Amino acid sequence: MSEVRSVDRVVIRFAGDSGDGMQLTGDRFTSDSAQLGNDFSTLPNFPAEIRAPAGTVAGVSSFQVHFADFDIRTPGDRPDVLVVMNPAALKANLSDLPRGAVILADTADFTNRNLAKVGYSGNPLEDGTLEAYEVHAFDLTGLAVAAVSAFGLGRKDSARTKNMFALGLLTWLYSRPEQGTLDFLARKFARSPQIRDANIASFKAGFAFGETTEVFTARYQIAPAPMPAGTYRQITGNTALAYGLMAGAAKADLQLFLGAYPITPASDVLHILSRAKDHGVITLQAEDEIAAVGAALGASYAGALGVTSTSGPGMALKMETISLAVMLELPLIICDVQRAGPATGMPTKTEQADLFQAVYGRHGEAPLPVIAAQSPGDCFDTAVEAVRIALTYRTPVILLSDGYLANGAEPWEVPKLADIAPIDPGFVTEPPTEGAFLPYSRDGKLARPLAVPGTPGLEHRIGGIEKAAGTGNVSYDPDNHEYMVRLRQAKIDGIADSLPALHVEDPSGHAKVLVVGWGSTFGPISAAARRVRLSGRPVATVHIRHLNPLPSDLGSILRAYDRVIVPEMNLGQLATMLRAKYLVDCESYSRVRGLPISLSELAEDLITIIDGKPMPDRKDGR
Amino acid sequence: MTATAPGLAGVPLALTPLNRKDFTSDQEVRWCPGCGDYAVLAAFQGLMPQLGIRRENTVIISGIGCSSRFPYYVDSYGMHSIHGRAPAIATGVATSRPDLAVWVITGDGDALSIGGNHLIHALRRNVNITILLFNNRIYGLTKGQYSPTSELGKVTKSTPLGSVDHPFNPISLALGAEASFVARTIDSDRAHLTQVLTAAVAHRGAALVEIYQNCPIFNDDAFIDLKGPKAPGVIRLVHGEPVTFGTEGSKSVVRRSDGSLEVVDSVDADPLQLLVHDAHADDPSLAFALSRLTDTGFLQQSPIGIFREVERPSFDDQIRAQITMPEPDERMTALQGLLNGSDTWTVKA
Repeated sequence: MSEVRSVDRVVIRFAGDSGDGMQLTGDRFTSDSAQLGNDFSTLPNFPAEIRAPAGTVAGVSSFQVHFADFDIRTPGDRPDVLVVMNPAALKANLSDLPRGAVILADTADFTNRNLAKVGYSGNPLEDGTLEAYEVHAFDLTGLAVAAVSAFGLGRKDSARTKNMFALGLLTWLYSRPEQGTLDFLARKFARSPQIRDANIASFKAGFAFGETTEVFTARYQIAPAPMPAGTYRQITGNTALAYGLMAGAAKADLQLFLGAYPITPASDVLHILSRAKDHGVITLQAEDEIAAVGAALGASYAGALGVTSTSGPGMALKMETISLAVMLELPLIICDVQRAGPATGMPTKTEQADLFQAVYGRHGEAPLPVIAAQSPGDCFDTAVEAVRIALTYRTPVILLSDGYLANGAEPWEVPKLADIAPIDPGFVTEPPTEGAFLPYSRDGKLARPLAVPGTPGLEHRIGGIEKAAGTGNVSYDPDNHEYMVRLRQAKIDGIADSLPALHVEDPSGHAKVLVVGWGSTFGPISAAARRVRLSGRPVATVHIRHLNPLPSDLGSILRAYDRVIVPEMNLGQLATMLRAKYLVDCESYSRVRGLPISLSELAEDLITIIDGKPMPDRKDGR
Repeated sequence: MTATAPGLAGVPLALTPLNRKDFTSDQEVRWCPGCGDYAVLAAFQGLMPQLGIRRENTVIISGIGCSSRFPYYVDSYGMHSIHGRAPAIATGVATSRPDLAVWVITGDGDALSIGGNHLIHALRRNVNITILLFNNRIYGLTKGQYSPTSELGKVTKSTPLGSVDHPFNPISLALGAEASFVARTIDSDRAHLTQVLTAAVAHRGAALVEIYQNCPIFNDDAFIDLKGPKAPGVIRLVHGEPVTFGTEGSKSVVRRSDGSLEVVDSVDADPLQLLVHDAHADDPSLAFALSRLTDTGFLQQSPIGIFREVERPSFDDQIRAQITMPEPDERMTALQGLLNGSDTWTVKA
């Protein structure tokens, strides 16, 4: 028996061809870690091409999972273990490995032809290229094929079970429970018992291989992470977003209507809500992005909760309709799951560069609230809040997520719906006792009354032409236009009054440097700050969820520090907004590599900054 | 009580009879004097009380253009939206509310140029909406540029040497888009207009009505040869009747052996080849062939009436059939179950 060593955290990356099942393998490993009570964070990374040419670097798909016995915030920068199914996967991922990392390689695909295809002149598993690493090279495919020989599958189908063999081996190596994967395989392949049994056999063979061979001197265990008591599940950002929209609609007692056009990485929101028909959710796969938001706006007008989900290019197409929603003052939710742009950019890679588009991207003075989720699970809360703001203020709301949040997973304490306050859509149902109904009159929050079609006595017309205050009739009066432009702005600005005080994290109370984040940089920033503090240096962090309007207390917080650093996955969009609004010299820390900001790099750089040195120049992106 | 016409099934009936004034808003109508839009508005306001439905359950969605000011003048619910997108917005309204009669008001630029995509997809989906496409073959609101239905060679501000854009035939387009109800009428024939609109709103699914509408300012008399009860160029389509037209029925439409249609002098027409109009035919080929009898240049000859009227399940009815909204007290329970999922773990205090 190998000895069992306890470690506090491990980062494993599974990498192979797009068709090798690496996403599935990583996902299963994550689920098993979740069952053990570890904290975890995942980073799927796959090409946009469904099946890029086999064995090429462009076709490599990977799934990274970071799991630990403590509260972690990121999927990790550098894998401790790299599982590679072919030479391309090794080539594509080797530069991310720290010295001493474990490489588990399937030798079956390390043929001369495959090696040459990615530019290796020799076999790196054998020629000393990898001497800085702990390499375990086995013919995993051959072992898997042998393990399933009894099931009468063809060579190809037999070989496809190699991912389960690798998963079985890792399951043993990291002392994960087997039952979850066994149950999963039984469910997934219930209709083809032959495939089911072969996968189960391959998984078990992988586990047994670890146990019986003596190549691994130790196996590892990672204790459960201390988490608040509660019921947890694994969740991705897109799932949490879809569920949050459903919860918001249910809390408002409205039907949820999603209009969407397929676009990476937002399509899962459409898929998930399309499966929720027994919850009363209507989904429309529209003919284009414009129709998707148009139909959602129509549904909102008709008294449903209209939502559209998209990514950057789709947002650009929707903008005219969003401006109409601003003018009409109708509730509407636009979810932008950001990806690397411009144009097609890198559809499967993450970025935060739609902030300007969200805040400023319309014609005319067209202010609207913009809020951003900070973690996969937080997409749920953000969606509920978007619904609340949209209905309370009668306004379109842009919700920003990104590709990293959308596909990344983390443990999520399942919220109790009973704990979420109801949302009152406050539709007007009765004619006023005196005078005419005034659809563009105002309440204390400057919101207008909404009367949905079908309400007798409140018939009225709305439209994109400037409207007279009160009646909403067409008006070209200069004074009225100025009044209405300022009123629409004041209504959105007023949302800031309802926001909770910002939480500045500075355990020492002596920090001179403040790090400001928004959206998915929450993970890397808070993890990097923790590392900086462990080095004995104080640093403060604050995270901005509401990008428009910005929280009222943000200005005084920014002014309280000597230096303000704003890490973003764009070229400094929030930093620019903060400088413009508060006249504070916020320094942009920007990374646009299609990947989350590296926490170790950020931690090193923050230490340099805190030590009074200039911001490191890493404009080459490394 | 809801209306009995299939297109209005689910729309509640008015408790007391309504009249034209009930559908007249307090807004001053601001189309140019002599605009064909007035005739359509009058026909609409005359028709609405006849439908017997509640005023508040009428919704008019328009795009941008002269005709799209229409909703402001009707005292019901309405939205003057953005250029070309009315069919998309109306799709959201109709899909979420079966109790509303949803009208789309659009024009040749709005529906066929900037909004062409939404029009064809609303038609193919067969959303339960009634689309009135005001075709004046010109851009009026932007002051006189050629439109997608303007004839070749049309001299306008943007085509000083004559247009080289081949025009659309909206009826052919709608038939190609799998529309289940396709009709054409003309602003100068109030009775025909009312009759076609009545049939259109009674149709369950997307109904497209092209209305030839005169723009007295930028394209005056574009339909002059089709004006009047005896206009010789008007081919009146009546379901079940032979297609004849001209002075005292001097011309007949006959089928050629290759399936296409031909206009011949009635005296020469072979009675066996005479086309009898069948608006309910499942195959749209003959309806399409009829639509091709429309002049592409200046209009001297054009069929009007219902080209096609067939039953096909509407998009919104089918969507709603797939959806079950849980009872209010069960909705949270069901959603909580979904949130919990099947793979949870518990951390104890």
